[in-house]
Amino acid sequence: MDLLSTRKLDAYYGDSQVLFGVDFEIERGEIAALVGANGAGKSTLLKTVCGLLRAPREAVRFAGEPIGGLAPGRIVRRGIALVPEGRRLFPSLSAEENLMMGGYVKRAGPWKLDSVYRLFPRLQQRRAHPAASLSGGEQQMVAIGRALMSNPQLLICDELSLGLAPVVVKEIYQALEQVCRDGVTAVIVEQDVAVAQRVSRRLYCMQEGRITLHGLSSELTRERISRAYFGV
Amino acid sequence: MTAAFTVSRATRASRIGGAVAAVLVLWLSTFPWWADPGWMREFEEMSCYLIFALMWNLLAGYGGMVSIGQQAFVGLGGYALLVLGNHLHVNPFLAVPLAMVATLALAVPVSFIAFRLQGGYFAIGTWVIAEVFRISIANISTVGGGSGTSLTALRGISRSTREAATFWLCLAGATAAVAAVYGFLRSREGLALLALRDSETAAESQGVDVTRTKRAVYLIAAAGAGLAGALYFLGNLRISPDAAFTVNWSAFAIFIVVVGGVGTLEGTLVGVALFYLLNKLFSDYGTWYLVGLGLLAVVVTLKFPAGLWGFVSRRFDLHFFPVHRRLIPPERDRACAT
Amino acid sequence: MLSFLDTLVQGVLLGGLYALFALGQSLLFGVMRLTNTAHGDFIILSAFVAWSLAVVTGSPWLALIVLLPLAFAGGYLLQRLVLNGTIGKDPMRSLVVTFGLAIVIQNVLQQIYTADPRSIDSGGLNTATFQLAEGFSIGALPLLIFAAALALTVGLQLLFDRTDLGRAFRAVSDDREAAELMGLDHRHVYALATGIAFLVVAFAGTLHGMKTTVSATDGPSLLLYAFEAVIIGGMGSFYGTLVGGMLLGVTQDIGFRIDPGWGIWTGHVVFLGALLLRPSGLFPRTR
Repeated sequence: MDLLSTRKLDAYYGDSQVLFGVDFEIERGEIAALVGANGAGKSTLLKTVCGLLRAPREAVRFAGEPIGGLAPGRIVRRGIALVPEGRRLFPSLSAEENLMMGGYVKRAGPWKLDSVYRLFPRLQQRRAHPAASLSGGEQQMVAIGRALMSNPQLLICDELSLGLAPVVVKEIYQALEQVCRDGVTAVIVEQDVAVAQRVSRRLYCMQEGRITLHGLSSELTRERISRAYFGV
Repeated sequence: MTAAFTVSRATRASRIGGAVAAVLVLWLSTFPWWADPGWMREFEEMSCYLIFALMWNLLAGYGGMVSIGQQAFVGLGGYALLVLGNHLHVNPFLAVPLAMVATLALAVPVSFIAFRLQGGYFAIGTWVIAEVFRISIANISTVGGGSGTSLTALRGISRSTREAATFWLCLAGATAAVAAVYGFLRSREGLALLALRDSETAAESQGVDVTRTKRAVYLIAAAGAGLAGALYFLGNLRISPDAAFTVNWSAFAIFIVVVGGVGTLEGTLVGVALFYLLNKLFSDYGTWYLVGLGLLAVVVTLKFPAGLWGFVSRRFDLHFFPVHRRLIPPERDRACAT
Repeated sequence: MLSFLDTLVQGVLLGGLYALFALGQSLLFGVMRLTNTAHGDFIILSAFVAWSLAVVTGSPWLALIVLLPLAFAGGYLLQRLVLNGTIGKDPMRSLVVTFGLAIVIQNVLQQIYTADPRSIDSGGLNTATFQLAEGFSIGALPLLIFAAALALTVGLQLLFDRTDLGRAFRAVSDDREAAELMGLDHRHVYALATGIAFLVVAFAGTLHGMKTTVSATDGPSLLLYAFEAVIIGGMGSFYGTLVGGMLLGVTQDIGFRIDPGWGIWTGHVVFLGALLLRPSGLFPRTR
């Protein structure tokens, strides 16, 4: 059974439509990747799922219940956490305080400060530093840790690799795969198609607000993906 | 297909409006020969509020600089008139434009202090500056100290000459203020200002000098407030620091602009008219009248942010003073579109 | 020498009162960048309500105890029902709404309490003094006010730095949308901040009303003092606000002693000078 699904989801910025009948599904325990050019609607889809943009109630279902258009706070309480594009840490809060903010909703589960520090040992030494003074990779770790602190069933990661060195990207994705082995389901948005295909089990390609291709990552050829990606 | 669109700023309403305004000004200018002095006095007061509110709207509504301290320049204009007339023996009517220039000159150094602050801090910081001027003048006994003084320069001028000249000056000042704000908004600098209002960063990247543009607006608004002050106290014959630098000037301007419609010229005109009516009908109720004005400003801001005029103009697409350029599609396209 | 010391001490004590005026505004600046132009009027409003409660209960302290929950509820509801709708990038809406409220409060107070100044009966506390030397004494009430300002400053700073609520305040201030994603409701968080700010306002109003006479139209000058203390101290630090209040108090007191007509003027001018020299205040938020 699907953990998250959208059915004919439309979304708008003001008067202009940016998503057109998007059908998106992810099963419990898998990693799904969402690829597409800038402006294809990936972030919009994530924002709609997280409640930052309005949607009809039935158009988004999570764990069997309709959640479209609920306030972001209520969606977090149901178990969806977002690692937003650009990380969006609280710059004046320390690394640890950022993590604690993630635990604001106090959902039960395995993720606490210790378990985040076990996942990202580097953060333990940097716990008292203001988030703004951390390196890009450390900030991304805080952002993932902060999302995990709400003990989500579904972790949504928007552009984890943005602005990071390849070696750091690798470290971060290894951590993510470990998290998912422990039972968290994940959606990743990724510019780097090779990375997306390697990490995910299922892959969706978006273009101009529509899903143009989807299937099991292992069965899709690079040629089909780039055709769906660039529309050529 | 090329050059099929034309750019237009005029609307039918604006052409009619221009003609009506011209006739209205001509008609008003005959007042001194036949109208009741009481009406003239009321008109003079309202033109001072109009000038001041227009300038406040330019500063806050278009320039994004919400100030609660523009009364500083009303007071400076009034006291400049007093010093020029009483102490330097300049003809008091000639002293009005000179007082405006003096206010403008004083506003230059003031702007360097005020521009240290932004947003809400700017609003209250400018109020502090106005208080500094008020207390300074209240402590200078040659201009009457705390209790103020009379405009003795007007002695020896016959009552009818004085009333007529004051009236014409007010009419000219109000007309000039409307024309100046309208002209400014349609100029290159005005376009820069409108761009600034939408996004400072974007405007800056397009080559708009943000501080320069804002300072220009601030100085124009200060000069206008100085003119309003000089005119007001010319008609009032008497000036005191408490009356000249009272925050009520800002309060009334905020009411007029917000209730009329922020960021439109028509809104300020509508606002002044409404303010006049409410004042006429309810000012006898004293404190309750002021409570009503305050509540009205709050409710309009929360529920009708575009103000009275914004509501009307959106409903009927009316623009008497259009400052925007609009694209007019060629005839053929227009036929297809509809 | 003694008179210099006297000026300094009286100025610092006066500064305690100004800090008390300013702390609530400092909190609102810190959490939501809100400039409440009715801040002074809310202090005066609490002074009058405390006056009425003191008449009923017979004690200014009982009045304060009754006033505190009312103030918190009033602040919470004001934010929730009115001010939350005005917060945004454009400062116009919040400035106009609070300015409108200021006019409403001033005139309603004048209608109810007339224009006469009045003072809360402190049971003789306002005249009690400690004689330290010949011609140098400290008033008991100013000392108490200073102690209250100090305690509230430390309390607010600890609340801000060390508690879950303080962390939520800072998070919402840093990035409102990201805080929403953590499950915070910014409208509720803002309203709690205003509720707490109004607790400080209730203290300030009651103590101010005990120390001196208040009248319905005093609010704007209190707003200006509060604002000056916040800016001199640097936005986002309560300790800065306390120091800013004390500097303002000392400056005004020096001015008053030179010429009573120029006391407040001196405070304003030193504020403007500080603005030119240190536009971000003495203790800017560096984190």
